[in-house]
Amino acid sequence: MAAFRSNIFMLAFFLCGFSVFVTGDVQTNQMNVAETVFIDNVPTTETDASPPSVTEQSQTAEEKRLWEGTEVGTNLADGASDNKVDHVHDTMQATDAPPSPPAKDQTQRFAFDERIWEATNVEINLVEDAPPIRDKEADEADHVLDTMQTQDFPPPSTAKDQFQEELVIKPLHSGDIYASFQFRTQWDTDFLLGSKVSHYRLFPKSLGQVISKFSVRELHISFTQGYWRTMQWGQPFLPSPPGAELWVWFQDTVTDVDLAWKELTNVLSGIFCASLNFIDSTNTVQPSASFKPLGVGNVTDQRFLRYAVLPREIVCTENLTPWKKLLPCGSKAGLAVLMKSEKLFHSSFHSQALHIRPVCKDWQCKSTSWELRQTLNVVFDLHTSGQGKREWSLFKMFSRTLTEACPLASSSKVYVDITDNPQGELFELSPATPLVSQAVVLGDGRTYSVYDLTDHATFGQTHSLNVLLRWRAAESGEMLRPLLHGERYVAGYGLQTGEIHTLVYNNHPYRAFPVLLLDTVPWYLRLYIHTLTVTSKGRDNKPSYIHYQPSKDRLQPHLLEMLIQLPPNSVTEVTVQFERALLKWTEYTPDPNHGFYVGSSVISALVPSVVAMDTNNTQERPLFSSFFPCKEESTYFMRIYTEPLLVNLPTPDFSMPYNVICLTCTVVAVGYGSLYNLLTRTFQVEEPSQGLAKRLANIIRRLRGVPLLT
Amino acid sequence: MGLLSDPNRRRALTNLLTRLNAPICVVCYLAGVMWFMGLAFEPFTLRTYMSENAMGSTMVEEHFPAGERALATGREFAAHKKKVGGMPVNWLVKTMESRGLEVFTQSFTRKLPFPDENKERYLVRGTNVYGILRAPRASRTEALVLTAPCSQGNANNQAVGLLLGLAQYFRSQVYWAKDIIFLVNEHDLIGMQAWLEGYHHTNTTGGDWSPLHGRGGSIQASLSLELSSDVITSLDLVLEGLNGQLPNLDLANLFHAFCQKIGVLCTIQGKLQRNDWESTSGYSHSAQTMMLMVLKQASGRPWGDHGLFLRYHIEAATIRGINSFRQYKTDTTTIGRLLEGMYRKLNNLLERLHQSYFFYLMPSLTRFVSIGYYMPAFGLLAVILLLRALDLWVQLGASAPGTEDGLAEREQSPSSPGVLSILTPVVISHMTGVALYCLPVMSQEMAVQHFPVSETEAVVLTAIAIYTAGLALPHNTHRLLQGEGTEHGWRVLKLVALLYLAVLLGCTALINFSLGFILALSLVPIAAFITPHTHKPLSAAIMVLLSPGCTLLYCVLIFQELQETPVSLQDGWMLFLSVISQGILDHSLYGSLVYPLLALLIYPCWLLLWNILFWK
Repeated sequence: MAAFRSNIFMLAFFLCGFSVFVTGDVQTNQMNVAETVFIDNVPTTETDASPPSVTEQSQTAEEKRLWEGTEVGTNLADGASDNKVDHVHDTMQATDAPPSPPAKDQTQRFAFDERIWEATNVEINLVEDAPPIRDKEADEADHVLDTMQTQDFPPPSTAKDQFQEELVIKPLHSGDIYASFQFRTQWDTDFLLGSKVSHYRLFPKSLGQVISKFSVRELHISFTQGYWRTMQWGQPFLPSPPGAELWVWFQDTVTDVDLAWKELTNVLSGIFCASLNFIDSTNTVQPSASFKPLGVGNVTDQRFLRYAVLPREIVCTENLTPWKKLLPCGSKAGLAVLMKSEKLFHSSFHSQALHIRPVCKDWQCKSTSWELRQTLNVVFDLHTSGQGKREWSLFKMFSRTLTEACPLASSSKVYVDITDNPQGELFELSPATPLVSQAVVLGDGRTYSVYDLTDHATFGQTHSLNVLLRWRAAESGEMLRPLLHGERYVAGYGLQTGEIHTLVYNNHPYRAFPVLLLDTVPWYLRLYIHTLTVTSKGRDNKPSYIHYQPSKDRLQPHLLEMLIQLPPNSVTEVTVQFERALLKWTEYTPDPNHGFYVGSSVISALVPSVVAMDTNNTQERPLFSSFFPCKEESTYFMRIYTEPLLVNLPTPDFSMPYNVICLTCTVVAVGYGSLYNLLTRTFQVEEPSQGLAKRLANIIRRLRGVPLLT
Repeated sequence: MGLLSDPNRRRALTNLLTRLNAPICVVCYLAGVMWFMGLAFEPFTLRTYMSENAMGSTMVEEHFPAGERALATGREFAAHKKKVGGMPVNWLVKTMESRGLEVFTQSFTRKLPFPDENKERYLVRGTNVYGILRAPRASRTEALVLTAPCSQGNANNQAVGLLLGLAQYFRSQVYWAKDIIFLVNEHDLIGMQAWLEGYHHTNTTGGDWSPLHGRGGSIQASLSLELSSDVITSLDLVLEGLNGQLPNLDLANLFHAFCQKIGVLCTIQGKLQRNDWESTSGYSHSAQTMMLMVLKQASGRPWGDHGLFLRYHIEAATIRGINSFRQYKTDTTTIGRLLEGMYRKLNNLLERLHQSYFFYLMPSLTRFVSIGYYMPAFGLLAVILLLRALDLWVQLGASAPGTEDGLAEREQSPSSPGVLSILTPVVISHMTGVALYCLPVMSQEMAVQHFPVSETEAVVLTAIAIYTAGLALPHNTHRLLQGEGTEHGWRVLKLVALLYLAVLLGCTALINFSLGFILALSLVPIAAFITPHTHKPLSAAIMVLLSPGCTLLYCVLIFQELQETPVSLQDGWMLFLSVISQGILDHSLYGSLVYPLLALLIYPCWLLLWNILFWK
């Protein structure tokens, strides 16, 4: 088996060496070969009855990276060497022991020099090894390679795509389980500088092409089925509104943004199997303040921003499958094996998202690389599927267990939130893990148990990881009330007018903070903007900033953005009245009596942290660290979405339109017409008309000057 | 129309209509009544059918197992209710929370305009408790409601128990696509009104309620459950809501379909279905059922807690468990299964219920009369008014001196006796109407001070006093202005009254057919044949007997008769008084429109006719 593998390696490296001398045309071929390497490898390990070795797996990945690196590195060899050096340094840090700062320059130069040597050397090595191969030798060779790479030399590459995966499991206070997957792919290509890129490794080609074709600077798309229950579940890591949400920042080089947006939505619609093609000018807005770029760059001109929500979009497996295919390992290995749709869609909440943004390539941030984050958030309902037993495991949630990390991932971790459970009195976690990580998430210090999947020991004797949570206490204790919370509903009755109420709760006991409220309302609800009122604690609350863009019938929706100061411990109510428009009969949806959706309001805020509110904080931390709230904890950004609205519009009875039209026309034409006729005409008895002979006679008589006949 | 534009033929037609006017009117009246009575005859009615596809062919299975446990919960609820002496709010909140619902409460206070003697309440303070079962992967846009009132005494404990049992069972199911709201409302309709106004953030009747904090989007349908015994013999479906609004017929069909499927006896108006339509008793049975529905609808009051939902375009019905002396009993598990099935079907709805009829009468649960079939009955009555008006119009034109055709002259002729002579009675009648509408409630304190009566009696008796005083008003005020009342004058006044009544009844019948029809039945004959030249005492007696007040009394008596609880005239009178007070209360509490309609429009119109009788 090992012989076979090393053969393939040899082939790969041979080609790799060869590729130094060939031009980009061959690159596609090579990529295919590289894929063969990988694909062949996986079944090999699986058919082997022996446990899959983590070192081997990761080593395969490293090999591949090494190979790629060499190739691209050579391609760009005449590029800016500064970048490259920094880059290499970066990888070194990422891979293993970072070198001490004084030795930095030296190491870099060394690494740079050694790169070419390494490539050739390896090639020779393998060629020598090729004929008489014994398992042990092959292993040794592998080992040599491994050590060479991790200890002495950084991977000799400039384009080092990275892939990280993680899963966070958080037991919620309501008793539900929140599982959040995050996959991060970093792509070290800056094709915006002009170079044409046709080679893709970890980054999905479909998305790369989309980015380059439409000059996208940032792309955020989410598909959500269900509504995040903030009051029961707390804050999500990445909020998203029910339905589909898409917001895109285009490069400032784009001339016709609307056209690019239209084409982009259609392309994305195809990629994700979703109805994004229903995004048109009637539901697209350009928010002025609510959606700022999340990546590097300082262009904040809203002309290059487009935002749209489709609240009606139903998310199901046909959206999940293309989403999974974008992962480097697909759903074959790593955390993605857990994503079986029959379980993911048997949950209270399902949200999958994809975020592309430019991030700094290095700490100087002279150049950027692309970051692709794929997230999947699921909340499992304990009540319906637990049958009363409060016990959860990976297997119960996903009907799979973890057996390996994605071989392409540089880090692969499972986090379990144990903040509320420091002594294990609330629930029991098995298998136990020594690794603990602390992080400040949404202004709250959290503690996590960490399972590192790249570590072979994590899987233990059974070669599979099945994290098990068994509750001990019946009640989960009190949850800290979410500081910010929003609600929305339609008030009133009848089909003529109505009123949209948006309630924003500030549950902070003593701090006021401003929020940005974004409302997008379709044109067929005609907002009476003069009725807009904002009240907090019974008093008028004047927004410090209002951006209102009125709707145009059948062209653009209402956009209302407001900056509102929320007094502490208050409910702020924003109300605006509207009139329901009567649509043209072709404009109704096939199910008009279902109602029409109005997308969620977006509330963005910098929320003061709860650090000072937390009374038993000092017990866990050193005293000196917790007096002044430190910067990153003092406020944190939060975005929440309210419920979408379902509004009924006046609907004609479509079941018999023909009858109605015929009847109405008849009544109008016959009834009204003749009645009107009857009322306006005066009737006189008509004299009988003169005969032709008499008329002729009269003409003659007139000529003669004789009195006419009557 | 060509017929009318020819002056000769027009003249012939009008001659025919004026000559045969009285016989035609009599025939129309009889035909209208016959048509209406024929509606209950089975071959003339349509069989009900499920129009909504989402509820029709889809299969659901009912598995609700926990009827006994629900009854136990009901008993626990009863114990807590007794202990607290009202709604056991804390217990309900805790119980609902333990069943996995999001629980919210709403408190409300309501001061009635005058004490309600039927239910013995004046200042009402209460709390509604509701729990929302959130549907998985739904975005809070649609909801269904199940309500059970927390009544006084021992009533309805089983309903609350079953509601909680269903909540627990529903929570463990995965198929919900709409949020389900389980509401226990205190003080029946007042609590329901507070909750609905809170949910929709409206305030139509000036109640005082605390805002709601949990919502489930737009409510698609609602069922109200009333159950006061552990076992029942049949389930009664109550449809009539506020102002005679009815839920979509598909809701009734759904109920009937599940009763058939599960094998529960079901009734409407408390009357079982009979299959012997050929026999006289079979016909009279369905006629009685339909008459009951007509009377209930005409009353304009909500006949169950569901009645207030209809204003918000929420299809709702009340299901009432009846325990009589039949052998065959149905247990709570079966009722639970029935409700489960209905909610699963409602959960399948893609659109609001809209496919079937909103205007219908039901002679039995499987038969219905749609608006197209019952409107001719009213139309035949209303056409009498128009015919009489035409007759008068022609007479007025003919009596005017001068031109042959008289079209141009007729413009002037009504104004010749002066607009004032018509306007005065119209204004005076309407002032009396306004007094009848406002004074009873406003002057109750004064009445209580001066007479040995309770507030409620004061209100009712004031109303009756004003009503009778209206008859004695000086009806000949026009003489002060114009001298002698002319023959011409009363004709014009009658013409105005006829057209006014026709418009009034037509509009009423469009909104609430039953009310319009009953009023037409009593008012049309007097409107048609009243003149100052008839025998005064006899005509006056007939007019009083057919006045709106007396019609109400007959309706009360007939209703009691049809419900098989006949009352003596004495009791009937007491009932009549309480119905008046209920009507006024319904108006001020829930916004029922029957009292203002009668007081402000119908009664003045009748006074106009009374005026004509005493025209001098």
